[in-house]
Amino acid sequence: MTSMVAYIGVSLVLFTLGAIGVCIRRNAIVVFMCIEMMLNAVNLAFVAFSKLQGNLDGQVAVFFVMVIAAAESAVGLAIIISVFRSIVSVETTDAAQLKW
Amino acid sequence: MESGDLRLSLVVLAPVVGSVASYLWGRRAPKMAGVVASAAVLISFICSLMLWSGARGGETFSAALSSWISYGGISLPIELYFDSLSAVMCLVVTGVGFLIHVYSAGYMAKDAGVARFFAYLNLFVAAMLILVLGKTLPVIFIGWEGVGLCSYLLIGFWFTDTEYAKAGRKAFVMNRIGDVGFLVAMAVLYTACGTLDVVELGRADVLARLSPALALVAGLALFVAATGKSAQIPLFTWLPDAMAGPTPVSALIHAATMVTAGIYLMGRVHGVVELDPLVPAVIMWVALATAAVAATTALVQNDIKKVLAYSTVSQLGFMFLAVAAGQYAVALCHVVTHAFFKACLFLSAGSVIHGCHHEQDMRKMGGLLRHMPVTAICYGASTLAIAGVCPFAGYYSKHAILSAIAGVSNPLLVGAAPWISYCATAIAVCTAVYMARSFIMTFLGSYRGSGHPHEAPAVMTVPVGILGVLSVVGGFLLVHPIESFVVGPLPATSLPQEAGGVVSLIVGSLPGIFGIALAAYLGMAAPREAEAARRWLAPLGRVFERKYYFDEALNFLFVAPIKRVSRVVYRAVDQSIVEGGAGAIGSVTQAVGELACRITTGQVATYVLLMFLAAAALFSVFSQVR
Repeated sequence: MTSMVAYIGVSLVLFTLGAIGVCIRRNAIVVFMCIEMMLNAVNLAFVAFSKLQGNLDGQVAVFFVMVIAAAESAVGLAIIISVFRSIVSVETTDAAQLKW
Repeated sequence: MESGDLRLSLVVLAPVVGSVASYLWGRRAPKMAGVVASAAVLISFICSLMLWSGARGGETFSAALSSWISYGGISLPIELYFDSLSAVMCLVVTGVGFLIHVYSAGYMAKDAGVARFFAYLNLFVAAMLILVLGKTLPVIFIGWEGVGLCSYLLIGFWFTDTEYAKAGRKAFVMNRIGDVGFLVAMAVLYTACGTLDVVELGRADVLARLSPALALVAGLALFVAATGKSAQIPLFTWLPDAMAGPTPVSALIHAATMVTAGIYLMGRVHGVVELDPLVPAVIMWVALATAAVAATTALVQNDIKKVLAYSTVSQLGFMFLAVAAGQYAVALCHVVTHAFFKACLFLSAGSVIHGCHHEQDMRKMGGLLRHMPVTAICYGASTLAIAGVCPFAGYYSKHAILSAIAGVSNPLLVGAAPWISYCATAIAVCTAVYMARSFIMTFLGSYRGSGHPHEAPAVMTVPVGILGVLSVVGGFLLVHPIESFVVGPLPATSLPQEAGGVVSLIVGSLPGIFGIALAAYLGMAAPREAEAARRWLAPLGRVFERKYYFDEALNFLFVAPIKRVSRVVYRAVDQSIVEGGAGAIGSVTQAVGELACRITTGQVATYVLLMFLAAAALFSVFSQVR
């Protein structure tokens, strides 16, 4: 039981750090890494609960998350590159043309 | 399914197909429009003739075209029904209709909208045939509305002239008022009797289900419907205005067929009309007033088509007199002869207008007998027919109507019958006077207009000639013993027996002969006396000219108040509530939007933060709900 608390605790800490990072960091690549961190925090929680429940459902979900994360990073990095090409910056505050 | 249903379906379907075909083909080749449309009506006529030979022996035919409504306990098939009553109407509509179609091919040849014209005209014939062949009142109502629509479209055929378009609108609106009566009657009959089948509605046990009050309501509502379509007081003012349409339209719709739909309806559901003796009494008085008002108004008209229009209203009044007297076959007989001579008169008038370069004012005509002899002879024969001179067609029907009035058996009318009879005879004299006047003004004397009048081409004179011959012989050949004219669906005709022989024929023609003689005396022999009479009757003449101020009265009583109320409602409801409400919704949305767009800063970090906060809020809400 104590190990469950530790796993979920780590997962929470990672997720929170990722979320804060997404909100406060300005470099798009770092923001991207923070998103990956949040996804992995969720993966950790999935695996921990899977162990607790005694079945593999959570671990299957982890595979889906990892596949989607891979696809997302491919698309995301491409977007960052093309943003860089047009405004010569990867700062999120510079890419603020879409507003009222 | 009984025999003959294919022919019966063809009667209605031929003009429907013809309508579409003449429009599509006529757009490319304008000359073909008239040919296609006439051929379609000819097919209908031939099929009707084939069926008629069966129906004469009392046989009936029916055909189901399709199912209109079938829901729960209600089923409403579109069914056609052919008996000796619908046979007569069918033959008139298709026979006279065919001649008018042929005539129109000549009359409208140079018009740009000839394809549209023939499409409307064929559509009209189709609707009219549905009206007379419908087996149930709702199907009759489809035709009833259809002819109203076509009438509107054809009155306003030259819609670029605002006056003409307005005349069409007036006809449409006044017909709708009558239609309300039709709807009320259908509602009452369906709730009380449980059927709208015209054959069922003739059965005594079905009619017994109507309570006396409902019988009165149904009878009067049906008559209201008839007043709208057949131009009786107070809904008659649209018919003179309807002369805005092309002349063949006036001949077909506003003289020979559509306006007689009211009489047909009365005959079709005569069981309902007769249940309460008050209904025929009301019909009698309204018809008498209409015939008198229209006949006197016709005396002072100078537009040749207006004379004929008022004469139509007056003759329709005569038909309703026969209806009120319970002699439906007599009324139908006058429908037939009237279709012949009035169509002939209108078509002749059309030829005159055509030949005088679109001049309709009789004061600018005269002496046309020399220039257009065929037309003049046909017009003259029809004038004798409508005046009721023996042996012309109108004599047989009009004389029968006068006898029918004298022999009325309705307890509410018996006392007044002699007086009604005198009035009707006086109106018959009046009819002869105004018709003879129009003949004298148009064809006799010397030409008063400018330009060179010419006879119409053969495509126009031949139909006029055929109708002229029918106006002469149609009486004794087709309708003569009226007692055996239509048997079966209508109650038996019983006219008072009179001494036969030449004397009675001459006595019966007296009103007509007297009227023609009077008109001839005033119009040709004694201009000074005519002038004196005109001055002496000037105040009365003004009343006649304004058709007894019916238009003004209707405007004052109905149109103006409705307009006033509409204006108030427009301001109070439409402008303040509807428009204001819609505007308020718009401005509130805009204000909220302007506030909400402040959060779109373009900063990804802000969006993400908002997303997290929103997710957190949702989670906390849902965990509370749990």
